[in-house]
Amino acid sequence: MLVLGIESTAHTFGVGIVSDEPRILADARYNYVPKVGGIHPREAAESFISNAPRVLSEALRSAGISIESVDAVAVALGPGLGPCLRIGATVARVLAVYYSKPLVPVNHAVAHIEIGKMLTGARDPLVVYISGGNTVIAALYGGRYRVFGETLDIALGNFMDTLARELGIAPPYVVEGVHALDRCAEGGRYIEMPYVVKGQDTSYSGLLTAALRVYRSGARLEDVCFSAREVAYSSLVEVAERGLSQLGKREILLVGGVAASRYLVEKFEVMARYREVELYVTPPKYAVDNGVMIAWTGLLLYKHGVTVEPERAYVRQRWRLDSVDVYW
Amino acid sequence: MIALTCTGRVLRVIYLGAEALVAEGEFLGYEAVFKLRLRKPYRVPELDREIIRRRTLTEARLLLALRELGVRVPAVLYVDPVEGLIVMEKVRGRTILSAASSLSRDELCSAMSKVGVELAKMHKGGVAHGDVTTANMVLTDSSDVYLVDLGLAKHAEDLEDLAVDVHLLIRVLESSHYAVKDEMFKCFLGGYREVLGEDLTRAILEKVREIRLRGRYVEERRLRSRTT
Repeated sequence: MLVLGIESTAHTFGVGIVSDEPRILADARYNYVPKVGGIHPREAAESFISNAPRVLSEALRSAGISIESVDAVAVALGPGLGPCLRIGATVARVLAVYYSKPLVPVNHAVAHIEIGKMLTGARDPLVVYISGGNTVIAALYGGRYRVFGETLDIALGNFMDTLARELGIAPPYVVEGVHALDRCAEGGRYIEMPYVVKGQDTSYSGLLTAALRVYRSGARLEDVCFSAREVAYSSLVEVAERGLSQLGKREILLVGGVAASRYLVEKFEVMARYREVELYVTPPKYAVDNGVMIAWTGLLLYKHGVTVEPERAYVRQRWRLDSVDVYW
Repeated sequence: MIALTCTGRVLRVIYLGAEALVAEGEFLGYEAVFKLRLRKPYRVPELDREIIRRRTLTEARLLLALRELGVRVPAVLYVDPVEGLIVMEKVRGRTILSAASSLSRDELCSAMSKVGVELAKMHKGGVAHGDVTTANMVLTDSSDVYLVDLGLAKHAEDLEDLAVDVHLLIRVLESSHYAVKDEMFKCFLGGYREVLGEDLTRAILEKVREIRLRGRYVEERRLRSRTT
C-alpha cells in the first residue's frame, strides 16, 4: 500500500510517500523562512502556492512512481495556521478528486507522535510533544492521546523563538541544528527567574517577560539565555516526570521540532536514567514538520477505514490532539 | 537527613514520586510520613536548591494554616527546609485514583463530594492546592477525604489561582477517569458549591472556562472570535 501525505500547517510544505512495510519512499520539502520576525501566515501561504507543484513532482520523481499508483492521499487538516493549511488541503482535494483517490484527514499532532513511534520503536510511551506551536504531555489511553499536561499559555518553541528575537539574536532561529537560545547560553551563569509548574502544566509567558526585564536592566546576554533556557527546559522535564509517575509509563518519546535541542535531550536523558525508563527521541530530520509523518499516519488511518469526502475536508486550525480517535 | 537517623528506625519507602520520596516510620512515638524532596540532577544546583527550599517551606506553612482552617490535611510534625524534609502525620486510607474502580457509584460520588467540600474550605481560606489529582486525595477507612501533597500549594493571589485547581481536576478526570468524568465532576461540584456558595462557585467556573479557552487549539475559541 502506498500513501502520499501532504503537510502545510505552518512553515513547511512537505510531500511524503510511504509504503506499509514500513518504508519511506519520498520526502520532499519546501521551508518558508521569514526575512524578519516570525511566520507571516499569508506570506507563508503564498510561498507554498508557488512551491507546491515543484515539491509534489519532486516527491513522485524520487519515489519513482506516478500519482496513479498511490492508494490514498493524506493531508494534515490541522491544527495550524489557516492560510497555510488551506494550501495543503486544496492540493490534496484536487489530487483526490482528479485522480479518484480516497482522501485521508490527518491530525498534525497525531502524525508527530506516530512517526516518532514508527522510527524509534517506542511502544507505549509518555509522549512529550514540543514545537513552535505545542507543548503537550500525552499518552494513549482508551483510544485517544489524552493530554496530561500542556502549556497554559505559549508553547516552548514559541517562547524560545520570541525570546531570541527580542534579545536580537534571531532570525535565523536554528543554525546547524542548534537554536539561537541554546547557542547564546554558552558560558552563562544562573540568575533567578520565575519557575512555573502548575500541577501537570507549564507556563512560559511570565518567564519570557521576566527574562526580557532582567536583560533590559543590564544583565549579561549569556546569563539571560542560560537562565531562561534552564528554567524553561527544567520545568518541562519536571512535568514529564510527573506524568511518568502518575501513569506508571516506562518509556518517554520526544516528538516535535524542539526535540532536536540536544540540551533538552540531555536533561531528559538524566531524568530517564535515574527513573530507569527508556528515552526515545525522534530523529531531528523527522521531528520537524514533514510530509512523511502525514503519509505514515494517513496510511494507519486508511487501513482502519478513515477517509473524508473532498467537499467536506475542511481545515481545522484548532483541532485538538485529544479529540482524535486512534484505532491502532 | 538528621531527622531520619534520629528516629533510630528503618524507614519504609512507600512511594517514589516525581518530586519526593515518601517513607513511613515512627517519629517521636507517632506513626509518621517522611516526605523528602529529591535533588533533580537535570536542574542547575542553584535553581534546584531554591525550588526545594521554597517548596518545602511553603508546604509546611500552608499545612499549618489549613489545619487551623479545619481542612482535612495531615498535621506537620517536623520541617527541615534545607534538606527538603517534612515529617507529618500518617493518614490511613487509599487514594481516590486507586480506589475509584472498586467503589460503587454512590461511594465514588460521596467521596468526590467530600473532595469538593475540602477543596472549597481550602479555597475559602485563600489557598490553592496546585496539584489537584486523584492521587493526592486519600479516602480513609472512616470515609473521610484528606487532601495530601501540598507541594505546589500557594496563597491564591486571585480567583484564577483557585480556578486552576478546578481546571486541574477536570484535566485529571478527563485523562485518568474519562469513563466517569462527568459524574465525578458533578459530585465534586455539589460539595464544592455547598461550602463556597453559588456566586463564588459560578465566578470560579467562569474563570475555569476562560483558562480552558486560553489553552492551545481550543475549538470553542473559534466561536468566541466569531461573535466579537
